[in-house]
Amino acid sequence: MAAGSRPAVTPLLKDELDIVIPTIRNLDFLEMWRPFFQPYHLIIVQDGDPSKTIKVPEGFDYELYNRNDINRILGPKASCISFKDSACRCFGYMVSKKKYVYTIDDDCFVAKDPSGKDINALEQHIKNLLSPSTPFFFNTLYDPYRDGADFVRGYPFSLRDGVPTAVSHGLWLNIPDYDAPTQLVKPLERNTRYVDAVMTIPKGTLFPMCGMNLAFDRELIGPAMYFGLMGDGQPIGRYDDMWAGWCTKVICDHLGLGIKTGLPYIWHSKASNPFVNLKKEYKGIFWQEELIPFFQQVALTKDCTTVQKCYLELSRQVKEKLGKVDDYFNKLADAMVTWIQAWDELNPAKADAAAAALANGASK
Amino acid sequence: MSQAPIKDNEVDIVIGALRSDLSSFFNEWRAYFSRFHLIIVKDPDLKEELKIPDGFNLNVYTKNDIDRIVGSTSISFSGYSCRYFGFLVSKKKYIISIDDDCHPAKDNKGNFVDAVAQHIENLTTPATPFFFNTLYDPYRDGADFVRGYPFSLRNGVNCALSCGLWLNLADLDAPTQALKPSERNNRYVDAVLTVPTAALLPVSGINIAFDREAVGPALFPALRLAEEGKVRWETIEDIWSGMCVKVICDHLGLGVKTGLPYVWRTDRGDAVESLKKEWEGVKLMEEVVPFLQSTMLPVTAATAEDCVVEMAKTVKQQLGSSNPVFGHAADSMLEWVRIWKTMVSRPS
Repeated sequence: MAAGSRPAVTPLLKDELDIVIPTIRNLDFLEMWRPFFQPYHLIIVQDGDPSKTIKVPEGFDYELYNRNDINRILGPKASCISFKDSACRCFGYMVSKKKYVYTIDDDCFVAKDPSGKDINALEQHIKNLLSPSTPFFFNTLYDPYRDGADFVRGYPFSLRDGVPTAVSHGLWLNIPDYDAPTQLVKPLERNTRYVDAVMTIPKGTLFPMCGMNLAFDRELIGPAMYFGLMGDGQPIGRYDDMWAGWCTKVICDHLGLGIKTGLPYIWHSKASNPFVNLKKEYKGIFWQEELIPFFQQVALTKDCTTVQKCYLELSRQVKEKLGKVDDYFNKLADAMVTWIQAWDELNPAKADAAAAALANGASK
Repeated sequence: MSQAPIKDNEVDIVIGALRSDLSSFFNEWRAYFSRFHLIIVKDPDLKEELKIPDGFNLNVYTKNDIDRIVGSTSISFSGYSCRYFGFLVSKKKYIISIDDDCHPAKDNKGNFVDAVAQHIENLTTPATPFFFNTLYDPYRDGADFVRGYPFSLRNGVNCALSCGLWLNLADLDAPTQALKPSERNNRYVDAVLTVPTAALLPVSGINIAFDREAVGPALFPALRLAEEGKVRWETIEDIWSGMCVKVICDHLGLGVKTGLPYVWRTDRGDAVESLKKEWEGVKLMEEVVPFLQSTMLPVTAATAEDCVVEMAKTVKQQLGSSNPVFGHAADSMLEWVRIWKTMVSRPS
């Protein structure tokens, strides 16, 4: 690292990144994001009634998909995409042709840092994704690649190259992402603490991945970002991003990829109804007690050399070990397979290229 | 989750004195130290008399005391290792130890940080090593467990070690500081978090606190560099000890926290000069880390002493042949447990 140089300018990546936004209401929030989002292509996934018109503010370059589009494009495989739940956003990941995806909820706005400056969340996510992760040894000064930080005394030099970063998990000021019981007990709690850190989540450690402010390298990990079966006709909601996060973390750990969490913050404005949330989460609260040991103990074999292979192996184990918890998991396991089939159909060349890249990497 | 407030007489503050004039150090820390009992241990190699201001409840130990109390031993209490003698003679549940070249830091609002109170808070609230909470320490005011955090894991486990951080001169190694001579840590990260189980970290001795009853014997002066010096760049003992403590905590189901509190560390020493000595330490880390990552302790090791004995055996077996420094470390670890047991069984 050069001593005393000016911080590098973060590339815009405007032709390499898509912003995926699920919405059922409107996209008014985009006005506030305009200075940061306008250079990028948007993929809007319209949930709910397809006959409703969602107005996109002027000046944005976008493609919009409603339920009719999803059914038309995927045919019978559309069954894996949730309806009446923001989990439908993962359809946007599938149809994107870019290397990176940033996804954000339509009730998330630009936050301010402690100096009062507007936070360019996308720029921070890009910084996170373009610098390595360090999952094998915890650095007590957090992300060592940030300006003004470094590896501490005792950090092995052989681990200082890090590994590629697959996911950048951002946080939220104002309305915190609490579950329904916590919301009911603390309805007025707001997250006002700006923690000026990015850090890698260590290998072997699971975390609750929130989809409100999330970026990832689609080429490295895209097929693992399936947000499950939620919403209409399903016994559970508000576990879409959690499910994707646990699968993604297990696969990243297996393939030697990193996940970062921390900055950037966005401003989360809308508190959802805790009673509605409780109904959605209810089963999940019990099921997660089984799911967590499952994910903590899951082992992927050496021949799982691509994300798709890892994911299909996971789906097999979900069926075998979680099917007995509830029949929902049999359906989910099938949907996971459908998702990969659909992903590979819509992204044919990438599947082979990714496998080749990983194979080349392994043989170095 | 509320805990009974900790009594002042459950805490010892242990300061290893590597400099003789501690007047400004103690005056700066007075507001935070004066409620507690202090154990000052003078570096056996330091010739000058210690200068400590009045108004503190303290015991000072010098080379003569160390020799008299411990008796004949292969353990060296020279330099930064002198503080371990303080850990040994303490009879308290909690120990806080800070290097004598550190000052109280200021937080982002410009208020001085009570590092002692923060360490006590860290040690007396649960740790959460089995699942990462994205809002960091869920027991802090204004924070909680996030959506998706399993309810069965929300009681947490006892926190045995609290690792604080440093503003200004960060605890970087000599090569890094030599490459970036003007780099100073100005970033106050307002977080405490639990280091997940199975994740290792470099534990810096500059600003730490621990539950002596739970893990006391697991902090030891065992891995000495051939030319260990009087600046942190020229030592590795705390890093080695700290990583062993983490392995032991993981085994015993105890937690390790990192983050707040910060202390402000004085500029001192010459990183380029230290490069020559610390290079040895840097090389040793390459062997130490893979070894510790794969170390499994037997189920029968139920106390910190048991764990240290088991680790010493494995260190000797697996690392002893690659470098004599590891063989000595293993012997020191066993010797430490022997001394510890002797001290503990002595009447107060």
